[in-house]
Amino acid sequence: MSATLVQVIVGGLLLGAIYALFSSGLTLIWGMMNVVNFAHGDFVMVAMYIAYVVYVLLGGGPLASVPIAAVSLATIGILAYFLLVRHVMRGPMIAQILGTFGLALLLRYSMFGAAGANFLSLPDNLVGGTYEIFGIRLQASRVVAGIVALLVTAGLHLLLTRTSLGSKMLAVSEDATAAQLMGIRPDYMQAIAWGIAAGATGIAGALIATFFYISPTVGETLAIIAFVTVALGGFGSVPGALVAGLLIGLIESLSAYWIGGVWKDVVVYILFIFVLWFRPQGLMGKS
Amino acid sequence: MTLLSIRNLEVHYGDLIGVADVSLDVAEGEVVALLGSNGAGKTTTLNAVAGLIPASGGSITFAGERIDGKPAYAVVSRRIGLSPEGWRLFVGQSVENNLMLGATPLADRSRAAPLLERVYAIFPRLAERRLQLAGTMSGGERQMLAVGRALMSDPRLLMLDEPSLGLAPATVEIMYETLERLHGEGLTILLAEQSVELALEFADRAYVLQVGRTVMSGTASDLADDPEVQKVYLGMG
Repeated sequence: MSATLVQVIVGGLLLGAIYALFSSGLTLIWGMMNVVNFAHGDFVMVAMYIAYVVYVLLGGGPLASVPIAAVSLATIGILAYFLLVRHVMRGPMIAQILGTFGLALLLRYSMFGAAGANFLSLPDNLVGGTYEIFGIRLQASRVVAGIVALLVTAGLHLLLTRTSLGSKMLAVSEDATAAQLMGIRPDYMQAIAWGIAAGATGIAGALIATFFYISPTVGETLAIIAFVTVALGGFGSVPGALVAGLLIGLIESLSAYWIGGVWKDVVVYILFIFVLWFRPQGLMGKS
Repeated sequence: MTLLSIRNLEVHYGDLIGVADVSLDVAEGEVVALLGSNGAGKTTTLNAVAGLIPASGGSITFAGERIDGKPAYAVVSRRIGLSPEGWRLFVGQSVENNLMLGATPLADRSRAAPLLERVYAIFPRLAERRLQLAGTMSGGERQMLAVGRALMSDPRLLMLDEPSLGLAPATVEIMYETLERLHGEGLTILLAEQSVELALEFADRAYVLQVGRTVMSGTASDLADDPEVQKVYLGMG
């Protein structure tokens, strides 16, 4: 295998890890309460601007921006739950769709007002530079982002499957009425889920900002990737989001290398539709 | 001492009346049975006490405190446990997780471990299956898990909705022997049971419900001898 091909594969997997992280928040919310958060991509966008502001005002890199974005987005997620989601959940499905879509537009156009339409970016060398290891050239920012994303996604999965908080959240998603009989407040658990999901999204956004352009509409692009990742991995499954995220990152990267950059998305969507023919519940979703 | 007191309870499901007028008392340490056919209001009464459905009239008093209008998560922390109709287990989680979820209302978390040991001692089958998913268990095991889970909150009042429904006779026997033992240890029990014979054998007192009203009450032995009860509920005479 040529060094270039290895580099393409590693690069794809690193990107895929970030796809997995910001998709896991979306899949968590769906799994918890059957709500599709259309504002998810714009949560990432807000986190990216937070990373930018942290750099411009404090001169800080991801070490500062990741925790700040995580806490800020977790707060936004909890507020979104109490001020919007909790209310639209009582209505029909269309109310949830339009409610979170409205939130998406609110965030997007508030950002246009606050930051303008210009594309921004963080300096290339904010996280080290580019290194050559075994003949592979790797951008430090992408390596750091990919590894942190993998760790956070794994942590999220452990939180859901191995802790008493995770068990309570799962209980609410399985049967909210029975959960109440256990002394659990479903609305608190759902608020915590929004906090965790949005917080994870905040981490993803601050990481992506180190190597991706920042604009008020970047959330649109990222949301589509997140939806495809979640649908491919299986709605509600964090391990599914991880596998699908890595897969999509890899396929994008390989098809850009073999066929050409403009075709990479086409290849991803063809494979996506192909997988759904055979597994409409996604790779790791329950049928 | 009266532990639970229900006065003129009324529950509506939209326009439908679930319970029209139910009054009953349960004394500390007593076993009380609710009898009646399907739709008589037994489940609705238990669910209203547990706070799963709001009462639209009347009052529910537990240990001297009004609990009607309180949500279920607040009722259970006052030490009222319910093994609900249909069990409502968390089928995607292990037996042990289900039990530990039952311990959520405990103010002192360190009591969860000894309570878990106690439930495993009461139902050894659950200990054998502790890592198995609740959804993969048999009906009898699910019933045990539902009762065990309710016991994990260390209730003063244990409410059981149809503890014998759908179980094999041998399992029913085990279940009732267990309940007998818990009663012997001083636990107060309120149960809804379709099997009148079984209920009257186990309970100290019983109330008969008919279309959402308490129409008759008495000691279990009096009701067992009552020709009216025999006629209406045992299909005899």
